[in-house]
Amino acid sequence: MAQKKIPYQKIAVTAFAWAVGMAIFFPILWTFLTGFKTEAVAIASPPVFFNFEWTLENYDAVFERADYFRFFMNSVIISVGSTVLGLLIAIPAAWAMAFVPGKQTKNILMWMLSTKMLPPVGVLVPIYLLFRDFGMLDTRFGLLFVLTLINLPIIVWMLYTYFREIPVEILEAARMDGAPLLNEVVHILTPMALPGIASTLLLNIILAWNEAFWTINLTTVDAAPLTAFIASFSSPEGLFYAKLSAASTMAIAPILIMGWFCQKQLVRGLTFGAVK
Amino acid sequence: MATDHSRITARFMISPAVFLLLGWMIVPLSMTIYFSFLNYNLLSPGLEEWIGLTNYEFFLTDPAFFEALANTLQLVLGVLFLTVCGGVGLAVLLDQPMWGQGIVRILVIAPFFIMPTVSALVWKNMFMNPVNGLFAHLAKGLGLEAFDFFGQAPLLSITFIVAWQWLPFATLIFLTALQSLDKEQIEAAKMDGARKFNRFYHIVLPHLSRAITVVILILTIFLLSIFAEILVTTNGGPGYASTNITYLVYAQSLLQFDVGGGSAGGIVAVVLANIVAVFLMRMIGKNLEN
Repeated sequence: MAQKKIPYQKIAVTAFAWAVGMAIFFPILWTFLTGFKTEAVAIASPPVFFNFEWTLENYDAVFERADYFRFFMNSVIISVGSTVLGLLIAIPAAWAMAFVPGKQTKNILMWMLSTKMLPPVGVLVPIYLLFRDFGMLDTRFGLLFVLTLINLPIIVWMLYTYFREIPVEILEAARMDGAPLLNEVVHILTPMALPGIASTLLLNIILAWNEAFWTINLTTVDAAPLTAFIASFSSPEGLFYAKLSAASTMAIAPILIMGWFCQKQLVRGLTFGAVK
Repeated sequence: MATDHSRITARFMISPAVFLLLGWMIVPLSMTIYFSFLNYNLLSPGLEEWIGLTNYEFFLTDPAFFEALANTLQLVLGVLFLTVCGGVGLAVLLDQPMWGQGIVRILVIAPFFIMPTVSALVWKNMFMNPVNGLFAHLAKGLGLEAFDFFGQAPLLSITFIVAWQWLPFATLIFLTALQSLDKEQIEAAKMDGARKFNRFYHIVLPHLSRAITVVILILTIFLLSIFAEILVTTNGGPGYASTNITYLVYAQSLLQFDVGGGSAGGIVAVVLANIVAVFLMRMIGKNLEN
């Protein structure tokens, strides 16, 4: 009676799910492996999976392109900078909308979101010309500016949905005690909102890191981030698989790891609260 | 009193975000509209003149526009089909009890975090290349002829790559929606002897309908603007075979320096996106009220 049934179904589901998961992940694994092969092994037929001599020569080669570090730093500065700047602008706005909602709050939120739905080509020409005239083409400042604005609606929305979950009673109690508004924000709200702010930060760094329309169109050399660096492999360097793989691995690794940590926030941030 | 005071403060706190976005939206957009009525080419500066709707006439009657429009539709619908069907399937699979569920989940969502230029180049060179790609090796191993993906079916190949990138997004949202499904309802249906397919069709699918709508709308907005994947794989070619509206506008304005024509195309893209946006905004708005 106490005999345990063998969970055939669970075994089958597990095997199948792992197979599907590996298939979807395979291109990333393959890129990672190829980055450690020599160019000859990388295109060997039949392909070699694990039993090859691991080498770091491709990483050396990518680093030797003296400018790799600049591309990397541009990515870091642009993605982190635009997110932090966006948070500074969005936190007060989201706070006000969540705790002092007025008649127009909903309309403002919806309107902010609608700016996100403007296709970038709709404003490509004027932005390009304005940037050219103001000397902002191929500058970090210019990209910082654009990426802050395109991610601002998402930042405001995410923060708004987090802030709304903070119980208002706590704020009212503080108000009764006569705490000034600034104190209310700094000492009471911020600690409670910190987890929400942290996940907003992470998700938006990821989005800005991978943004590939403005970063490619508004930069050439000086301010170009990794998206543009990888795009330079499109031809004919793309045929050097091992080097392409090493460069790609370095471009995606930090964000991939970060992304795994905030997979829950992904749904929230990208559906604007429409799916919970 | 306190409320009046805080209302004024609140306005102060909202205004920077509002004014920045307002500027971002109104200034460039009105410039685009203005340019679209001009004969304005960067190669002949100083010769700008008002030509009314001529740019629109040219853009909308250009055979390239129809090809690009058809390509845009095919790309959007193709990716939607693959991601929604694949996403529902994957979500249902990941919702079953299994060992190592967390790890499988991590593997499945990984493509979402890969930057578009990387995923496009990796797929193009290391998988779909007709000589050295893995698929070519596989075909050779099976004694078949290697398929030239980007030569024979450029748009389909791009569709496939983009679907790979967005499948995790759809899966995650469906999974989130599935987890709010009342498990007792399923159990009750099981007791009543409902078959697996019927349980899926009559309980799971209707429960997911809202999430599916949201995924379709949000994805459409993003997919209308696919750019980097096309740029690094085909440059829109061969001919216009893989040019979508976004790429066409980019080529016209930044490669041919035709500011007027490119602007007209940009406005057409805005109008197309707005048709979708209206539906999406309505859904989100309804949700905001609850």
